[in-house]
This record gives sequence, structure tokens and C-alpha cells, in this order.
Amino acid sequence: MSGPVLACRGVAKLYGSGLARFVKNGRLSADPERLAADGVTAAVRDVDLEIFRGETFVIMGLSGSGKSTLVRCLSGLIEPTAGEVLFEGRDLSKISERELIQIRRLQMGMVFQNFALLPHLTVLGNVAFPLGIQGRPKAERDKRAREMIALVGLGGREGRFPRELSGGQQQRVGIARSLAVGPDVWFLDEPFSALDPLIRREMQDEVLRLQGMLKKTIVFITHDFDEAVRLADRVAIMKDGRIEQIGTAEELVLAPATDYVRSFTREAPRAKILTARSVMRPADGEDFAGHVPAGARIAAFAHDVEASQKPFAVVEDDKVIGAIDRLAMIDVLVGRELKAAR
Amino acid sequence: MSIAAAEPAAPARSIDPAHVFWILAAIVTAAIVMLPAEALPAWARKYPAAWQLPFAAWISSFTKWLMDSASFGLFTVRDLTRAISWLLDQPLSLARAVFATGFVRGQGSDAVTVFPAIPWFSMVIAATAAGYAVGGRRLALGMAAGLLYLAVFGQWTSAMVTLASVLVSSVLGSIGGLLIGLACVRWRWLERAAAPFLDIAQTMPVFAYLLPMLILFGFGPVSAMVATVIYALPPMVRVTILAIRAVPEEIEALGRMTGCTRRQITWKMLVPTALPALMVGVNQVIMLSLNVVIIASMIGAGGLGWDVLTALRSLNIGKGLEAGIAITVLAILLDRFAQALALRAGAVEAEDAARRRKAFVSSALAIAVAFWLLTALFPAIAPYPEAWKLSTAPYWGQFVSWINVTFFSTLEAIRTAVLLNILVPVKRFMLALPWPWVVFLVTAIGFRLGGWRLALTVGLMAAFPALVGLWPATMITVYLCGVAVVIAALIGVSIGIVAAGRPRLWRTVEIVIDTLQTLPTFVYLIPIVMLFRVGDFTALIAIVLYAVAPAIRYTAHGVSRIAPELIEAGVMTGCTRRQILTRIRLPLATPEILLGINQTILLALSMLVITALVGTRDLGQETYSALAKADVGRGVVAGIAVAFIGMIADRLVSAAAAGMKARRGPPQ
Repeated sequence: MSGPVLACRGVAKLYGSGLARFVKNGRLSADPERLAADGVTAAVRDVDLEIFRGETFVIMGLSGSGKSTLVRCLSGLIEPTAGEVLFEGRDLSKISERELIQIRRLQMGMVFQNFALLPHLTVLGNVAFPLGIQGRPKAERDKRAREMIALVGLGGREGRFPRELSGGQQQRVGIARSLAVGPDVWFLDEPFSALDPLIRREMQDEVLRLQGMLKKTIVFITHDFDEAVRLADRVAIMKDGRIEQIGTAEELVLAPATDYVRSFTREAPRAKILTARSVMRPADGEDFAGHVPAGARIAAFAHDVEASQKPFAVVEDDKVIGAIDRLAMIDVLVGRELKAAR
Repeated sequence: MSIAAAEPAAPARSIDPAHVFWILAAIVTAAIVMLPAEALPAWARKYPAAWQLPFAAWISSFTKWLMDSASFGLFTVRDLTRAISWLLDQPLSLARAVFATGFVRGQGSDAVTVFPAIPWFSMVIAATAAGYAVGGRRLALGMAAGLLYLAVFGQWTSAMVTLASVLVSSVLGSIGGLLIGLACVRWRWLERAAAPFLDIAQTMPVFAYLLPMLILFGFGPVSAMVATVIYALPPMVRVTILAIRAVPEEIEALGRMTGCTRRQITWKMLVPTALPALMVGVNQVIMLSLNVVIIASMIGAGGLGWDVLTALRSLNIGKGLEAGIAITVLAILLDRFAQALALRAGAVEAEDAARRRKAFVSSALAIAVAFWLLTALFPAIAPYPEAWKLSTAPYWGQFVSWINVTFFSTLEAIRTAVLLNILVPVKRFMLALPWPWVVFLVTAIGFRLGGWRLALTVGLMAAFPALVGLWPATMITVYLCGVAVVIAALIGVSIGIVAAGRPRLWRTVEIVIDTLQTLPTFVYLIPIVMLFRVGDFTALIAIVLYAVAPAIRYTAHGVSRIAPELIEAGVMTGCTRRQILTRIRLPLATPEILLGINQTILLALSMLVITALVGTRDLGQETYSALAKADVGRGVVAGIAVAFIGMIADRLVSAAAAGMKARRGPPQ
């Protein structure tokens, strides 16, 4: 299937009273001034996006930007005031409650910021919980749950209770539980915000590792731009309920659409985001010290290029498409505005 | 809030405009009381009988109509209540048969025991095992010792009758409260609709609704049980609402994301997650049930309450004391057991330890059941042997006489001094207040603290006693309750402050107030009556003892909860210990202290009604004697008047505390 797994069309979520008067033909029809004047808050407005199969889509925004509301619209936990959310082409607000329950049971998994582990169940019980809700036989769900627990590296702790685990371990349980049903779409709502920075990095690596194996469609919410950049195929940056820009990390760094986006990208670790292609200059037949692939991140080869007097060739499909030299390296590393090819 | 802001900016002597209202109110009140009697019109001094609304008569004739002629067509109201009564009697009879009476066929002296009740030794074994299962060795030991005490001192059968009633009412109350609470969480309108009923059920004295129960369900254990459940259920409803609301929102989101139905979310996620908090509610239900079951022995619940009541009536101090101690033992056992159960709901245990414990407990239970079966075959071994029984009653009697002979003059001097210097003047003052002024004052305070709505509510409630012709009795209630609350607050707040900073002392204080609060209200009266005989002074001591606990608890909580940075800031500005207390701790803890005093007032009212037994002349006496005469209208009206006093105090104090909290912004 080639269409998007999840798509939003003009999604808005308002809070207040008498909301129907702001919606015409399923679209939000009022501007922010009018909403504010009527005492209505728009947690999310005018959101259009598409999320494709197998991609890691990160929604990044500071607190109050509407990202949690948006992910709850995407997962069908709340119904948008206007617009539509399409899951595999079907409008979530139009399908029956029973079907929605089936979709949630079989096709969606979610990880929560504060873990949402059930205190009265063991690790095994928590991971097996969604399978129990589906009514699977006990032997089967225990087997599956044990596999999942082993997958997140908690083998041997099946009999523990949540409060006996550290925060990082608790979130691993949350991850195992959300994956136990084998979901197509995996929602992670600020999963690591409650963890210490070092643990957070470790858990990000865990997500990358799992994604390498499982190839899920991931919708990941975070307020941390570095986390977004580390994990994302594409990032959507939100502010005041709107999406400011959607793009790959590199696109955001190279071409921030607004000053707000720029305020994040200015401090971003460019060497890890930019590829050779985006910093190269046209090759003019000079002598090369070596070559790098066009898609490689700067950080991967910066050391070699810097150490060499001569430029490196940037290669794609065995053809030289440009050159890269020490000066370009220094530009990237000190964060000078790039005038290179867009 | 900055510390400096606690100091008024104006010179120390000038009057803060915020205080003008209170000072004015006090001056006018004093002036009115000092006016000669002729200065006020007669209708203001004494509410004219001609203006009275015959509420009591209306209620009486309504119940008479309800029970005698009201009908749903196919069946009458009486049929309905008798059917409910029959239905409720089933679990109760079963429990009584199991614990106390045995399964009996036939009536009166022809009765044949088909199967005996659990014999005392089986009960001791089973309870000890259960204690071990939920609370470990200490609780097991406590259960064994407590039950043996009941057997040794000859209180066994009465105690088991009481226990059966408590168990059945607690189960019904807990389940009912849980279901109502869950419904309130789900449908907000229901919560709003239920709130006033919950308030009334908790502030209305138990006596007042024993009577309607009596009319509806007849004299006997069932009426007592219904009254008990109604009284014990509201806290469970409240705890359920709070506990379910406190479950993190994510848990519910998780439920919906895993595709749970509403029912699955409630029963598989919300209730288990909230279980530790819910068990606290169950504990409260058990303790309240015990309290009411004791009081309800007046309408046929029987058991230990009946023993105390008969002993009190015949002034058989020793016997009353023994039964009272038995109640205390039962209360402590139930409380500790329920607490251990609540703790366990949140506890975690290794798998093999749990298995060993399970094996031990189930084998102990099997032994207990085997013994029980054995007594069915050999009935002779079942009763506790007379020869092993002890009674301390005569010694207690002698002890009390000795105290009374030796210390009579001292005790009498204390009693007379308090009566003459505090109680009588305050009583005179309250009775001298003209009712229109009191109603006006209450309304004005309501307006000042909470605006028009509050003013209207409390004003109408204050006018009610005058309207139904109970004004003098109400003022006596307010006087006794007021004096008791002031004394309890003074004692409680000082103990709370002293104990707050000293963890070791606090542990001792906590044990004492915990025990004071587990005791049924009845029990308080016994030793005090022994020393001071009947009358207002005895009532006063009983009320103060019973009502002091929340004042201590809330004060200690409020004082110790203050953010350490504020204390540090105080220390760094060079405050002495005393200044830290008066400038920082006390002002910041005031809202909490007010809430504690609020609880103290409510407890004082509920105790006040019980003190009718020792001959006070207030609304408690009204309800109590109405009960004796089966006068429904009079009892209910007096009960409502007591409830209104409690609700006025509650609304005003809560409004004051809320206002204070709002001014300070969110807690630090």
C-alpha cells in the first residue's frame, strides 16, 4: 500500500462552549482573533499532515503547543472539532465504536509519558494486559509477553511489580506492552521526558534498535529538538496549535520556514544532521584526497576531510557530483550560515 | 507570599478595615444581650408559638399515611418495606447464625439447633490465621489475644452478634458506596444531586434516623442495619470519587488504546489501580458501622451495645465498663485488620513467600472448620467453659467507689468550678440572644465569607429551629457544642503545634488519637459518668475527648507541611523559634487548622447527641426522647436542626478556609 497510514486534513481541536458555530462543512471557519474573543482556546488548528508506512514521524513542540492533543486526535482518543483524521484512508470519526476498538486492539500501540503501568500487576501481567483484553488464551499471551520483555532487555524481571523498577525499566515495560499486540502504528507520547538525560539517550538508542528490527510506523512526540533529530525521518514543529514546518532534520536546518523553527535549528548539532550533499560545492576537476557518499552525515567523515589538504569527492551512483573541503567542514562546525546548494 | 506581607503596613494600633465587620458584630451582640428584657418586643425574645410551622406533625402524619394507606396499586408501601426487610434479613440472619446463634429450627423454647455457630476456638484459630495472612505475626498475635479476651471475660456471644452486624453492614456499605461512587464519577449530574444527601446523612445524628427506620422496617436488627449502612456509606462514596479521579489520566487513555470497553476500563484498570485508596474507605466504613451498630442496639441490634446500654441505665459501672472494653477490643481488632488489608492492597510480595503463606493459612482454616464440624457432633465442647471465665466487674465497681470516696471533694470542686464559671454564664448568654439577631448575624457572616448564595443558605438553615419551635433547645446545643469546640480547639491546636516538629512525640500522640477515634461514641461516656455523674459537665468532657483528634491531626499536618524554604527564609532573617511559629508556621497553617476545627465541630455534634443519655437538655435529648416515644416527626425535625447546625458551621468554616487559601494562591 502506498498511501499514507495516517493523515490529517484540516484538523482542529477547540475547547470551550458552543463550538459548532465555528465549524463549516467540517472545516474550522473562524480566525484566532475571533476564537480568543469568544473565550475559546484552539489547542490544535489547521493541521494537515501525512505519515507513511515505516517512517518515524516526530511531532516536536514546547509545552502548550498542542502536540499531545494532536497525537490524541491521531490515535482517536479524542475527536477533533473540525477536519478529519484518516487511518489507512478511513475517517476515524466516521467508523463505529466497535471497529475503533478493534483497530486500537490490533493495529495501534501507545507509550505514555508517565508510563501508565498498572500498579497491581507484575511486569508480565502489565505486558500481557492488552492481549488479555483481546481475549487471547493465557498460555499464548504469557509466551508473547515473555518474548516482548526479553526484547526490551528485561528478561528475568517478569515477576517484579512496577514500583520495584527504575524509571527507565518502567518505560521499557511500557514499550514492551505497547508492542505486544504487534501494532502497525506505534505512538510514543513524550516517552522519555520523565527520565534522566543519560537514561533518555539509552532509551532513544533502544527505540532506534527496535525500529531497525520491527520497521513500525512511529509517531513520536517530544519537546526536545535533539531527540527529534536523533530519531526522526521527518519532524513536524508545532507552535500554538499549528504546524510551523514539516521536513527532514536537514531540511529544517537548511531552510527553516519561520524564525521560530530557526530558533531551534540554530543550536542543533549540524554535523550530525547535514549530509555531504548539502554542504558540497561543484567539483571543478581538481585532485581529490578520497571520496564520501552523498548521503553520509558530516560527522562521519569530518575528521578525514579536516586532516587532508586536498578536497574530497562527493559520490553518488559511482559518479562524482561535487567536492567538499576543510573550509566547508569549519563552516558547518562553527554554525556559519551555509550558502551552499539548497 | 513574602514574609513581610504578614505584617500590616499601617501602624500597629490602627484597626484593619477588614476587621471592622467582626468588631462591630461583637459589640452589637454584647449590647443586645445587656439590654433589659423589656427593651425588646416579646416576639423577638421568644419565638411566638402562633408562628410555628407544624413540621413535626406533618412528618408524623405523612409517615402514618405512608405506612397505613399508601399503595402502589398492586402492593402497599408496607408490603414493599417488609419485602426489603425480608431480603436484607437473609445475609444478616446467616451471619448471625454462623457467628453467634447457630442455625436454629423452630421458635422460642422449642428451638432445635440444627448446626452450631462457629465455636470460640475455631474463631480464634481462623482469625489468627487471617491476621497472619494480611498483617504478619504481630497482627496474628493481636487477633488471638483480643478474641481470647472476649472469651475469657464472658463477652463472646454479645461480641459475635455485634461482629455479625458489623460485617454484613460493612460489606453492604462498601459495595454500595463503591457503586454509587463509580456512578458519580461517570455521571457528573449524579454527583451534584447526591452531594446534599451525603452531607445530611453524615451530619444528621444517628438517633434521628433510627426512628424512620423503625417505622419503615420494624423493630429489630434489620432496621439497625439499614441505619448503619446509610450512616457508613457516604465516606465510601466520597473516597471512591476521590480515588478514581486520582488515577492518572494516562491509565484511562491506555485502556482506550488497548481497546478496552468502558466496563473493562473500570473494573480491570481504574478500580485495581485505586485499590489502596479504596481500602482506606472500607476501613472507615467498618469503623463507622461498629459505632452505629452499638448505638443501634436501642432499636434491636442487640450485642455489646445493648449490654452497655442496660449497664448504663442501671448504673452498673463494672458491667458497663467490661462491655465497653470489649467494644474497644473489637474496634481495635477490626481497625488494625482493615488497615493491614489496606496496606496489603498496595504491597508486593515475592512469589514463593506468598505461596508458603497461602499454604499455612489454608491449613489453619481447614483445622478451624474441622473443629467446627466436630462441635456439630459433640455440642458439649462448643461453649466456653464457665470455670475459665473471669469477671473484673466487681473490682471496677470497688475501684470507682474508692475513687469517688477518696477524691469526691476534688472532683466535685472541679465540676462546680467549671459549671459556675464557664458553662452556666455561656448558657445564659446564648439563651439571652434574641433569635432574629442570631439569624441576621449568621446571614451577615455568610454574606461576608461567601456572598449571597452562602448567606441565603445559612440564613434559612439558621431560621429553621425558630420556625419549628426548637429555638431554646438549639441554643443549648450550640452552647454546649461551642464550649466543647473551643476547649477541644485550644487543646488540639497546642498539642498539634508541639507534636508537629517532634517525630517521636508525634508517633505517641498519633497512637492515642487513633485509638480515641476508633472507639464508638458510647464508650466515652462510661468512665466519665463514673467520675462526674450525669449532667452537662460529663457531656462536655466526653465531647472534648471525642472531638479533639481532628484538631490535633490537621494542625500537625498544616504546621509540618509548610515548605522548608519558608522556614529557612525565616531563620535567615533572624527569627527566633517563637517568631517562626507565630509569624510563619501558624499563619500559613491557618487554613488547615480551620478545616481541622470544622471536623471537630462535626464530631462534637455527633457526640453531643449521644450525651443525651447522660441527661443534657438539648436537641440530642429531643431526638432521644422522640425515639423513646416513637414520635417520628419530632425526632426527625430535631435531627434536621442538629444537621443544620453542623452544616452552617461546615459551610462558614469551609468558606473562610477557601477564601484564605485563594488569597494565598496555589500551595508552595
